[in-house]
Amino acid sequence: MDAFTKLTGIAAPLPMANVDTDKIIPARFLKTIARTGLGKSLFANLRYKEDGSENPDFVLNQEPYRHAEILIAHENFGCGSSREHAPWALLDFGIRCVIAPDFADIFHNNSFKNGILPVRLPRAVCDQLMEDAKLGANARLTVDLERQVVVRPNGEEIPFEIDPLRRYLLLNGLDDIGQTLQQVTAIDGFEAKQRAAQPWLYR
Amino acid sequence: MSATKPRTLFDKIWDAHVVETLPDGTALLYIDRHLVHEVTSPQAFEGLRMAKRQVRRLDGTMAVVDHNIATDASRFTGIADPESRVQVETLEKNVAEFNVPYIPLADARQGIVHVIGPEQGLSLPGMTIVCGDSHTSTHGAMGALAFGIGTSEVEHVLATQTLLQKRAKNMRVTVEGTLPVGCTAKDIILAIIGKIGTAGGNGHVIEYAGSTIRALDMAGRFSICNMSIEAGARAGMIAPDETTFEYVKGRPFAPQGEYFDRAVEWWKTLPSDEGAVFDKEVFLDAAEIVPMVSWGTSPEDVLPITAAVPDPEAAADEARRTQLRRMVEYMGLTPGQKLSDLKVDVVFIGSCTNSRIEDIRAAAAIARGRKVAEGVRAMVVPGSGLVKHQAEQEGLDAIFKEAGFEWREAGCSMCLGMNPDKLKPGQRCASTSNRNFEGRQGPGGRTHLCSPAMAAAAAITGHLTDVREIG
Repeated sequence: MDAFTKLTGIAAPLPMANVDTDKIIPARFLKTIARTGLGKSLFANLRYKEDGSENPDFVLNQEPYRHAEILIAHENFGCGSSREHAPWALLDFGIRCVIAPDFADIFHNNSFKNGILPVRLPRAVCDQLMEDAKLGANARLTVDLERQVVVRPNGEEIPFEIDPLRRYLLLNGLDDIGQTLQQVTAIDGFEAKQRAAQPWLYR
Repeated sequence: MSATKPRTLFDKIWDAHVVETLPDGTALLYIDRHLVHEVTSPQAFEGLRMAKRQVRRLDGTMAVVDHNIATDASRFTGIADPESRVQVETLEKNVAEFNVPYIPLADARQGIVHVIGPEQGLSLPGMTIVCGDSHTSTHGAMGALAFGIGTSEVEHVLATQTLLQKRAKNMRVTVEGTLPVGCTAKDIILAIIGKIGTAGGNGHVIEYAGSTIRALDMAGRFSICNMSIEAGARAGMIAPDETTFEYVKGRPFAPQGEYFDRAVEWWKTLPSDEGAVFDKEVFLDAAEIVPMVSWGTSPEDVLPITAAVPDPEAAADEARRTQLRRMVEYMGLTPGQKLSDLKVDVVFIGSCTNSRIEDIRAAAAIARGRKVAEGVRAMVVPGSGLVKHQAEQEGLDAIFKEAGFEWREAGCSMCLGMNPDKLKPGQRCASTSNRNFEGRQGPGGRTHLCSPAMAAAAAITGHLTDVREIG
């Protein structure tokens, strides 16, 4: 997983609430056994017409948003399925940060595990950032995880909250399986105790 | 935590599974049961292989194929779609390489992961249960803590049998009273989601309580917990009681004999204590529930079947108006149109929400001696090979076939548009599944969520129908 420290880039405005995971990546694209290559299918139902050609009205088909690294949306982003293909598709497209008033829990978890930073900011702030984003290539946003601020094109800094452990893992690009395996003695101990109390759970 | 403080069902199961608490409060949570399927596991096994890691608890893991497979006879001669075939073959290769127990397609027990977990006794009260699928919340109906995880977490559980988790908040939804005639567990959960919204349960685990819930059979409880995720809650739970114990008894992977009695003793200590505090409480009067149907493209957009399509222009703010206009357009509706006037092209009875024997019986009771309306394609897809067998023993397949329904093999089928069972663009479907998102059942497909009896009624009349008028 790539570390996330500070990102300055183009932000795409997606003024929709309840952007569900079937919108982010429809189920027919989940038949992959790889983590990469899903970027072309990101938002497929909104991004392409029935004949497969691009829908020019969709923001990611417009310049400069084809090169967006940040996405700004409305409430409850990522609701629905647990598919990690949703963050994989965002990442493969080039998006490393999603800013929204709130996120569905599983998507929120999955993002961190793939080096994508989900930033929660109040709706009014998201709307303001969306106005900034509409100014295009000259209006880049900076997301600074070290300092926990989003910097608007006019230099104004907006602080955001983040779980300290998640921030640490993301800043250092750490895989949490390695971390957990350092606790293997504690896991062994738990299993020994549970096996004694509830032997039927072990075969 | 002091032993005297009243605790919720969720608190008790959580506390019993904390291996360690990190300084910031994150818990290393032990996972008793891990269910694996072909769609969300290939990259997890790949991760294990790359890091030279093993599966920690083979006896805590079970794999099955369900999402990708065809539900007609073609499945017995191999999977036609090359991508689906690779995904299923990859799972078979992975379970062989890592020695993971597996229920293959040809096995009589094969079915939807959330149907076979409880059916096999793999899911038990008091357990922590995970699967790389958001509808894992289903298993909470056993009185377990069950939730969906992403592929990175699948890999984490395979390697460590634990997960790093933040404790969720407690929410209780209490439903009291007798359910009116024609209403089912599905109508209860649709009414709940309509009331609290798709983000209403975010950050919470929902416990469903009250006399209406206690009176439900296990199938009804599964339907309710199944759709917790549609209300934003990762897990839904129902306190285990005699109905639960009776259901568990004798199942292949359940404790037997003396172990069963000991297990029941523990399970009886699990229900929320008197005075336990919930961070959020919601109350519903069962008497006010009517047969429900979704009209829009989010599970919160549900209405009684007696209602009409809402007018987007009547919504309070512009953001909502925009959203509703889009829904009305996508769904091909006219504001003010009666929901019961909407003609359906397809009827789908199945999915991890509603494919158990009780669901199939409810649909068969409506189909018996009637005919599917001209031009409607109606399909019944049992949740497992064992449900299918049971239904056939009861002669339900004959009722459906006689009425013109397709009687199919077990699988996820038309719930999610990643196997051959899909809607065509513009087709309208009365579906017993759980999500009505745009394109969920196939690109351009239009989904109306409802109960099995309501779906069967729509198949007979050819339009969305108040099941109470069919009788």
